[in-house]
Amino acid sequence: MKNYTIFSFIFVMWILIIIGGGLLVALTSMISIQGYVTVGPLELYYASIAKALIAIILVIIWIYVLTKIKNWMFHKKIKN
Amino acid sequence: MFEQIVPAILVSIVAFFSVYIITPFLIRALEKRNLRVKDYHRKGGAMIPRPGGPSILIGIIASELTLYAFFPTTAIITILITTSLAFVVGMIDDRKALGGWFKPLALAASAISIIFLGAYDTNLTFPLFGSFKIPALYLVLIIFIIPITGNTINSIDVLNGVVSGFMTIASFSLSASLFIIQNYEIAIASLPLGFVSLAFYKYHKFPSKIFPGDSGALTLGVMYGVIAILGHVEIVAAIALLPAVINSFLFLSSVKRIVEHRQIKNPTTVTSDFKLMATSDKDAPITLLRLILATGPMTEKQIVFVIFKLTLFSASLAIITAFMMGIKI
Repeated sequence: MKNYTIFSFIFVMWILIIIGGGLLVALTSMISIQGYVTVGPLELYYASIAKALIAIILVIIWIYVLTKIKNWMFHKKIKN
Repeated sequence: MFEQIVPAILVSIVAFFSVYIITPFLIRALEKRNLRVKDYHRKGGAMIPRPGGPSILIGIIASELTLYAFFPTTAIITILITTSLAFVVGMIDDRKALGGWFKPLALAASAISIIFLGAYDTNLTFPLFGSFKIPALYLVLIIFIIPITGNTINSIDVLNGVVSGFMTIASFSLSASLFIIQNYEIAIASLPLGFVSLAFYKYHKFPSKIFPGDSGALTLGVMYGVIAILGHVEIVAAIALLPAVINSFLFLSSVKRIVEHRQIKNPTTVTSDFKLMATSDKDAPITLLRLILATGPMTEKQIVFVIFKLTLFSASLAIITAFMMGIKI
């Protein structure tokens, strides 16, 4: 019963979540809406939408990377 | 903290024993009404009563109402409403098999109650790196989290005892994580989920005396998602669910569309000695079960044991992540 690859895949997913979260926080913390005298709810929503777009792009990249890793790790098992 | 110990013990007892006592009555009632389905993996194809969702819901309602008597909070009301709505969705699906899109859409609708009751925070917290505020995205995220957790848990309900055992491990790790980050109120509210799953496992483990059905699996999965949102532990909750997430991920990347599990080919076959083996059918989807069986035929008990080991591993990672929440780089 060798299921080390599945354990490894879970571990890789965990690492990717931690790194992905770090990237998300680092990238979105740079976003601030400037040029307004006061920062009201509307400006906060503009910033939120910008953050949302970055988050969606990162999630798409995350799924792409995960698919590549999955194909590489489970290539033999899936072929069987 | 001390004043919370008594309610915590009490809700755990109510959750466990209500399911433990009610389920045998439910089994008899379902048998009387001939609400049974065939267990294809069992020798002779035994007929098993389904669904066990009602006893799971009663356990959750009884324990959460007990907690409400001590701490009347919106969080408990949110858990009760959203979980009950998920149960209704599951019961409809148990009675009448509906299309692949029905469950995600109906569960997304049930998630709206979380937004209406305002029981959420728009910060998404990551380990080591802190949190970020996403007012616009978080509302969308709520609508996605509930159907994802519900369907992810439902998708691993493939063998005797898997979904209840899996939920026992995952939800206790979630409760432990909530205690670690000192969110005691939600931690106590999450305890019934683990104890209800544990009590149901007694009847669901191999050889099953009852199947939870969609009503049971969706109720457990949605309650898990609600607790993740209310406790601000979305990332920790996702990590504890990783084996089930992998199962859904493998399934979706091989099928490439959202489809009801009854409409797809079985990824496994049964050998003459009633072991399970991966099918050679190229059109069958790739699932966690199929990957586990890639090493050769196994008994149902052996497979369930492997899934529990994977769940314990991801639950450990979730608890480590909860500790990492307190560290900032």
